[in-house]
Amino acid sequence: MHGRSLIDHPGLRRTFPAWLLLGALVIAFCSQSPYFLTGLNVSNILFQAALIGFVACGLTPVVISGNIDLTVGAIMGVCACLVIELQSLGVAAAIVVSLGAGAVLGLLNGVLVEKTGVSSFIVTLAGMVGLRGLAFVLTGDTSVALEDERLSSLIEYQVGPLSVGVLVFIANVLTLHCLLAFTVHGRNTYAIGGHRTAAYDAGIPVSSHVITNFVVSGILAGASGILMAANLGAASPSYGSGYELWAIIAVVLGGTGLRGGTGSIAGTLVAVLALATLRNGLELMSVPPLYEPLIIGTVLITVLVIDTIITPRRAGYE
Amino acid sequence: MTPRLWLSRSSRLALSFAVLALVILLALRIPALLSAENAFQVLRQAAVQGIMAAGVTFVILAGRLDLSVGSLLSLCSVAAVGLHDVVGPGWAIAAALMLGVVVGAVNGLLVAGFRLNSLVATLGMLSVLQGVTLLSTGGRNASVVNPENTWFSWLGRGHVLGVPVPVVILAVLTVVLSILLTRTCFGRYVRATGSNETAARYSAIPTRRVIFITYLISGLMTAVAAVVMGSRVMGARNDSGTGYELTVISGIILGGTHLSGGCGSVVRSVGGILALGFIQNAGVLLGLPYYFQWIVIWAVIVGAVWVTLAVQRRRVFA
Repeated sequence: MHGRSLIDHPGLRRTFPAWLLLGALVIAFCSQSPYFLTGLNVSNILFQAALIGFVACGLTPVVISGNIDLTVGAIMGVCACLVIELQSLGVAAAIVVSLGAGAVLGLLNGVLVEKTGVSSFIVTLAGMVGLRGLAFVLTGDTSVALEDERLSSLIEYQVGPLSVGVLVFIANVLTLHCLLAFTVHGRNTYAIGGHRTAAYDAGIPVSSHVITNFVVSGILAGASGILMAANLGAASPSYGSGYELWAIIAVVLGGTGLRGGTGSIAGTLVAVLALATLRNGLELMSVPPLYEPLIIGTVLITVLVIDTIITPRRAGYE
Repeated sequence: MTPRLWLSRSSRLALSFAVLALVILLALRIPALLSAENAFQVLRQAAVQGIMAAGVTFVILAGRLDLSVGSLLSLCSVAAVGLHDVVGPGWAIAAALMLGVVVGAVNGLLVAGFRLNSLVATLGMLSVLQGVTLLSTGGRNASVVNPENTWFSWLGRGHVLGVPVPVVILAVLTVVLSILLTRTCFGRYVRATGSNETAARYSAIPTRRVIFITYLISGLMTAVAAVVMGSRVMGARNDSGTGYELTVISGIILGGTHLSGGCGSVVRSVGGILALGFIQNAGVLLGLPYYFQWIVIWAVIVGAVWVTLAVQRRRVFA
């Protein structure tokens, strides 16, 4: 903490809006609904959080390194379809192949960004359309369903109150946090996001770090797609559309700046929990789903505006 | 013209030539593509996106993004069509245009006033406007009860000297906005703001006001596009604009406008949209499933930007 108190720590301060939102939502929904803090509901929230969380946590290192990945929703769709299509191979093989496909698509994004020099926003914006097309090609424009219960029962397996999906998610969060906070790759990721040219001149292999982050993002988006397909026992090529927005909202709310160089997995995790709580609470209070986009958008903009107002502007910099 | 200047000019136009060559190649393979009947059909459909792109180009030239235009298109077309039977076509159109300007002002306030990141702020607005549309229609789609009996249909379905009215509107607006961009002080301010905001501010250019006005233009043009679309369909689904923001940005990229701002033109943006329209149409004429076109668009956009960059740096890989 460099001798400062914890509250002044810049990384921590950036996660305040997310903590504030999470706290406010928990208090509000607790007072409104007696079912909110029941075990079943909390495990529901955690499952929802895992779905968004895999994508958002995978996206975080990409954003910290100064890029963006808009293909995550489409990769979810591809992997969800793939895991169902490949069910005849056996559960383990289907999952491994699907995650592998996620990794390959992430690698493709990373290589395109680094080797062509086209900005990641353009590459992944086009990729989000193209990979969605790929998902449709895989299934031929229909939805596909599981033929037996093996994959579904794997996901429904519970350890205490936590389902397998949530446990894998928690393991994942810890791994990613350690990756960013304690490894050379993590440090270099922050350095690249902070000042790419400086990082390059310092001898950091910029390309390989950036590509690695895209691969991680692809794998985790794939994991989220597999979780979704297993949970519903079916997949359609449109699965995961809109999740890129959820993921970006979570990443930004969690204090990761879109300019790169700042942010943390912990912040993203808190934001993901807040978003999952919000969705769950709205359902509990039987708010019609029509209100959801309005509320999500308003919350995002309000949080950003409040954040701008309370953040002292750095001198000489906008 | 010095050789250096000529090279920078030609590299800027390399993309336009590449896209033009692609469309001509397609037309040679598929003679039906450029038949008057088919071409007007494509133009009539692409006119809506073209009008939007002409407006959004200003925002992108000022170095910002507007992702809310897709939702705004839905909202304004629902407003125009829904109010048509209540207050008559004239007032309905006026209301839709007003709505576009108001939403543009809100976007401008968020980005220029509160200095929010334009990607996230307009992403939030995308969600908010979608919500407002759903709530105002109660989830139902709007339609005009008696489409034969109103001049409103002329805007989308009529002809002037054999040319569809939407195409005429697109052409007029393209010329007007192009003049605004290239022949006025405001246009120069927009490009100055986009290419170097700090330098622009030190040159006494009111950058925040300029950014605010670009959002007004984007909102107004989207509203015009919504009126044309509502008139062509004589009805409005409340999700009719979903995904249009991506098509519009894709077209603008294909037109050679840099997403970092400062460099681009209205005419080339509209050209990019029309090229996209013809490429998609070629896919339909070749009998490809519609989702194959998404993969083609992916390849075209990434390939096109890659070609531009490769010509600029005279090297294939970054």
